[in-house]
Amino acid sequence: MMTEISFQQEFEIKGGDFVRAGEAACEIKNLLKELGLGIQVVRRAAIVSYEAEMNVIMYAGSGRLDLSVTSDRVRIVVEDRGPGIEDVELAMSEGYSTATPEMRELGFGAGMGLPNIKKNSDVFKIHSEVGRGTRLEMTIQTNGHKP
Amino acid sequence: MIEEEAVPFYKHRTMLTLKEVQSLLSGEVLTPGMNLEKECSKIFASDMMSDVLAYIDPESVLVTGLITSHVVRTACLADVSAIVLVQGKRPEPKVVDEAMVRNMPIISTACSMFEVCSRISRSLPEAGG
Repeated sequence: MMTEISFQQEFEIKGGDFVRAGEAACEIKNLLKELGLGIQVVRRAAIVSYEAEMNVIMYAGSGRLDLSVTSDRVRIVVEDRGPGIEDVELAMSEGYSTATPEMRELGFGAGMGLPNIKKNSDVFKIHSEVGRGTRLEMTIQTNGHKP
Repeated sequence: MIEEEAVPFYKHRTMLTLKEVQSLLSGEVLTPGMNLEKECSKIFASDMMSDVLAYIDPESVLVTGLITSHVVRTACLADVSAIVLVQGKRPEPKVVDEAMVRNMPIISTACSMFEVCSRISRSLPEAGG
């Protein structure tokens, strides 16, 4: 059964743009709040968006975040044109990071990004191709209680 | 060097208002006009924003030595009650402006990160971290 989409918006993310990092996620948080979603759902979606946005900024040339909301779920799809991830399983393990000193100075690059995205999603899918880019798809149920 | 000060001891309480946190740390509020009567029960001290995003509980006070706009954004996204900046640090005006727009209180204190945690934990022994 098709679920009617009640809200949809795209956000362009520019690789290396640390100055604006987090702005898309903050906007998403405000939008979801205005839509009247529960505090926990908004918080999880905000964190997921921020982590994914930071990954594009830190590692890719450019990317796009698609936010869509239906009555039963929030879906966030982030696609980038970047180097891709060679070993996805390794990248998913807590503490593994290839961050540069610049990223660490900003307080990022602890190797928590992907694991934290997974933790805050009800459904998490990742597809990456070396040399082409990475696609993340996160779904958060609006009636969910995780975590 | 911070002189040893007697801190108030709230034996049976598990919450402090932001105003009490400010007073405990002899802090200066950099974002005037915000509600400091809000109560908080948890403190999270870290310069690693990745860890904040992964582990902080909502309504916590974030204690950090980082002063970038990313701290403000991270705090907003993670539903933090207030940011406490240690070692007397002061962010650039544009960072304070962003905190004002996002309604995120910032308190600056001369205390070290350890001293902040120590004073709050001595004051509020039953609160969680």
